[in-house]
Amino acid sequence: MKSAVLVFPGINRERDMARALKLASGQESTMVWHAETSLPKGTDLVVVPGGFSYGDYLRCGAIAARSPVMDAVRKFAADGGLVMGVCNGFQILCESGLLPGILMRNAKLKFLCHDVHLRVERSDTAFTRGYNAGQVIRVPIAHGEGNYTADVETLKRLEGDGRVLYRYCSPTGEVGDMHNINGAAASIAGIVSEKGNVLGMMPHPENHVEDIMGCTDGRGLFAGLVEHLERAA
Amino acid sequence: MKARVTVTLKNGILDPQGKAIEGALKSLGVNGIASVRQGKVFDIELNGADAAKAEEALKAAADKLLANTVIENYRVEVLS
Repeated sequence: MKSAVLVFPGINRERDMARALKLASGQESTMVWHAETSLPKGTDLVVVPGGFSYGDYLRCGAIAARSPVMDAVRKFAADGGLVMGVCNGFQILCESGLLPGILMRNAKLKFLCHDVHLRVERSDTAFTRGYNAGQVIRVPIAHGEGNYTADVETLKRLEGDGRVLYRYCSPTGEVGDMHNINGAAASIAGIVSEKGNVLGMMPHPENHVEDIMGCTDGRGLFAGLVEHLERAA
Repeated sequence: MKARVTVTLKNGILDPQGKAIEGALKSLGVNGIASVRQGKVFDIELNGADAAKAEEALKAAADKLLANTVIENYRVEVLS
């Protein structure tokens, strides 16, 4: 799996991401600076990592979404390439129009930094192949703006097309207001694009991939991507 | 030429910051506040003196960057 990790000023999770990608695929990722106008040849997966691009000025991800490299990412995604955005990366993908909706300020206005449980809604996608449908995984979050919102029509379409892949839930998999940590519509933690090749999620699977991290529940996502690409090859 | 772009949240979009400000005003004893919605103001200086062109540029700025029209409305005013 040849992966490219985008780097914007203010991004700070690119190394964690590259480490997780290497662990899963055995291959080093390429760091791609925001001013680049093309992606490395043969890229299988583009990752937009977390952090605070441009200091979250204007709106989270708004300025990064309009940088030169994102035109190349839009083209890559239009051609069916796999793109994954985590945390600030999810915000950037929404602002760039690659995913619908927007991440608003957490409902209780607090920056949240702790582990959460996610229910994997289906296992037949590139981004969930490493899990079973209904499986509960534990991964960390660290965000102030993770409250997913979209208009009613978009939310209906996301649900109807099965494009919600991850939802905040209890340790046993119940979804409800009590477990919806940031107030997101329908407890949405992660969605995919219409064609299923662009994922955005607020939690950080890359931070639960090694025993030393205390949990390895994030591995499935990366292992699933590697498997997906191997099967496609 | 001076201009102002005002960006506000659309009706029906939950505004937790506005709610918090509303609560703070109440606790400060500022009476008579029914509700607060917060937004952003951009004061912009433009080159040239053509008001129609200025308005066009400001609309492009708002559509492309200043506002996210999924959740926000904007208003453009050419001031002088």
